Amino acid sequence: MHKWVLRFLGLSYLGVLLAAPVGLVFWRTFEHGFGPAWDAVTTPDAKHALTLTVLIAAIVVPANTVFGVICALAIVRRRFPGKGLVNALVDLPLALSPVVVGLAFLLLYSRNGWFGNWLTDHGIQVVFALPGMILVTIFVSLPFVVREVVPVLREIGIEQEQAAATLGASPFQTFRRVTLPAIRWAIGYGVVLTMARSLGEFGAVSVVSGHIVGKTETMTLQVQDRFQAFDYVGAYAGSVVLALLAIGTLLVMSLFKPKEATR
Amino acid sequence: MAIIGRSLTKRFGSFAALDDVSIEVPAGSLTALLGPSGSGKSTLLRVIAGLERPEAGTVELDGVDVSGQAAQKRGVGFVFQHYAAFKHMTVRENVAFGLRVRKRPRDEIRRRVDELLELVQIAGWADNYPAQLSGGQRQRMALARALAVEPKVLLLDEPFGALDARVRKDLRLWLRRLHDEMHVTTIFVTHDQEEAMEIADQIVLMNHGRVEQVGGPRDLYEEPANEFVMSFVGPVNRLGDSFVRPHDLELRNEPNGKTTPGTVERVVHLGFEVRVELVLEDGREAWAQVTREEADELNLTAGGTVFVRPRRTRVFESAN
Amino acid sequence: MGLATAYLSLIVLLPLAALVWKAGQGGRTGFWAAVSDPQAVSALKLTLTVSVAVCLINAVMGTIVAWILVRDRFVGQGVVNAIVDLPFALPTIVAGLTLLALYGPNGPVGVNVAFSRAAVLLALLFVTLPFVIRTVQPVLLELDREMEEAAASLGAGPILRFRHVVFPNLFPAILSGVALAFARAIGEFGSVVLISGNLPFKTEVASVFIFGRIESGDPSGAAAVSVVILLISFGVLLGIGALRRWTTRHDRA
Repeated sequence: MHKWVLRFLGLSYLGVLLAAPVGLVFWRTFEHGFGPAWDAVTTPDAKHALTLTVLIAAIVVPANTVFGVICALAIVRRRFPGKGLVNALVDLPLALSPVVVGLAFLLLYSRNGWFGNWLTDHGIQVVFALPGMILVTIFVSLPFVVREVVPVLREIGIEQEQAAATLGASPFQTFRRVTLPAIRWAIGYGVVLTMARSLGEFGAVSVVSGHIVGKTETMTLQVQDRFQAFDYVGAYAGSVVLALLAIGTLLVMSLFKPKEATR
Repeated sequence: MAIIGRSLTKRFGSFAALDDVSIEVPAGSLTALLGPSGSGKSTLLRVIAGLERPEAGTVELDGVDVSGQAAQKRGVGFVFQHYAAFKHMTVRENVAFGLRVRKRPRDEIRRRVDELLELVQIAGWADNYPAQLSGGQRQRMALARALAVEPKVLLLDEPFGALDARVRKDLRLWLRRLHDEMHVTTIFVTHDQEEAMEIADQIVLMNHGRVEQVGGPRDLYEEPANEFVMSFVGPVNRLGDSFVRPHDLELRNEPNGKTTPGTVERVVHLGFEVRVELVLEDGREAWAQVTREEADELNLTAGGTVFVRPRRTRVFESAN
Repeated sequence: MGLATAYLSLIVLLPLAALVWKAGQGGRTGFWAAVSDPQAVSALKLTLTVSVAVCLINAVMGTIVAWILVRDRFVGQGVVNAIVDLPFALPTIVAGLTLLALYGPNGPVGVNVAFSRAAVLLALLFVTLPFVIRTVQPVLLELDREMEEAAASLGAGPILRFRHVVFPNLFPAILSGVALAFARAIGEFGSVVLISGNLPFKTEVASVFIFGRIESGDPSGAAAVSVVILLISFGVLLGIGALRRWTTRHDRA
């Protein structure tokens, strides 16, 4: 009996908060047919936004994956002073507001920023341009691979790697043949989370990009800009694309996820 | 408080853990449910406790049918193999739990808990957490906890299974002594036949969800009902259709008309007993158990000949 | 190894340092002026109150959802389990848009919370949904059922069992989830920006205020308020962490 009360409470909470709103947006987008929605996502600006978003993700994800694995190995397998600090720093991006992140990068790389003069002298434009957007996206999606790999590394322990060493394997061989296969799923899951975050980043990129349509407008920024310009169909259509990417991410996540989240 | 189970059947999916099992436990006795893994003994215990619902059959506690009652109403004390200690409560709070649930007055609880902690000899650990206790101490705490509410029946599910061999031996004797003092009807589950034989008044031997035999330790050992019982409860040699206990194989240096010749393969000295591994005339293997003195007298060597006569054999009807 | 440290410092430490430096650039008076600005104070107050409320709601609802995902069995359970992660995967701006579509001026159910504080609450509930659920689930899965059975054999009914056996063991996990939810809530931007209307003194949250300061060319004011939320966030996380360690002291015997 308690069972039904709990079910009702839990499921209606999820329905009201998650399912209904997302479902409605899909409906609204295609309310007037497939045509207008399709047009909205195939304008040159929209295509540019898509390309830009994907480009950023294509740079950020590999970078954070490589870094993530190296960092995880260092944290779990090595002793060094300041390890606790490194651990905390890796988690920091999760605790910071995206706007604050954007601000911090502005302070570093804008014309009046710390590196401003050096950058201008070398003709490099970071803020209001692609490099700045890439940097902030790296920042906000930094922790994911590390956090997924660390516990797995801890759990598999060092013995297999030691066994490989006694059998004559070099560190790189050991990594490739023993460690990597063991952490493969954790990396996969971390990569999926990183990708989702990169594609969906909004606040930090908003601060750092200047929203220059056709140049520094990612898909998320475009949704906001269109909405504020009363182009609702455009905004919804863009949202649907992003929502589909999100749902795709969810599907991939549930494949990689350590099973047993339900019994 | 006598316990009667009638025709109990319990299935998990298509697997029958209990298959039409009936059991009678006299009041005040210490009964062992003995059997290999998967024999259904834990399931039977849990059905009696009310932690599992059987598909068929009834459970009676002191003549009252409790089959429809949930565990919390049956007044049975239950002790788990892995202690099931409330790890977030101190030892004292653990033992007091049942009394607190029954809303007994605070000083009564305190008195009773102190009494019990003394009884199970962990009084000095009252304010520690279970994680700080050894396995044996945790199990004694679990016992005290179960006894606190003065259960009519005490049920123990492989209570010493998670402990070291030495602790296990000490605790089982301790349990027997406790039982002799308190006379609470007790059933305990074990797969260790030595444990059952050592302390139980009555043994219920189970296999594949059925009861194979019920009786005292001596009955099961000397008058086993079938091959399974005989080989579970002690070592056994199979010679054709008959079964012989190793210590019932008499060895002689000379034939006497009733013996069969055999070759000694190995003589193993295990403390006070000596194991003699043999191959008989027809190629069958057997082993005999003799005392040191007998072994010395016989002067056995590997490869030598010896003459074998079974003193007592048992034959069972048809296939098992 | 050195590579990792370099990467880390470049990407994480430097920005942090720049932030703190800029916040202090106006000296103590400058900092204080920026932080005690009435609009800033209002934004901070709103952000904190709604974040705390969101954490409390999540503590309860998150536990309930985790419970039905672990202890119950129903059709579509796997799907429900997957969509709990939706707020992690969905861009915040899209989240805000979807909430606005259903609960805004043109919403089909006639509920309109746009431009109100309720809107902020709604948006923050959306983005913090998975946190408590995901920290409680594994603990619930691992929970020794025998403890509950022992409690039952000692006479405790389902409610007493939950109160004395299950909840004390879930509480640390709930705290962890709440900590994560809080950190997320006080910094949230994208989902709030459309639906709340960002009305100063009414529905403007701290992150939006900071954004405004940046756009108005007052980066030190923005940095000052940023440092304040950082400190609050830090303080709360430390506090929750300490509380958590205290409630699990029995594990470290």
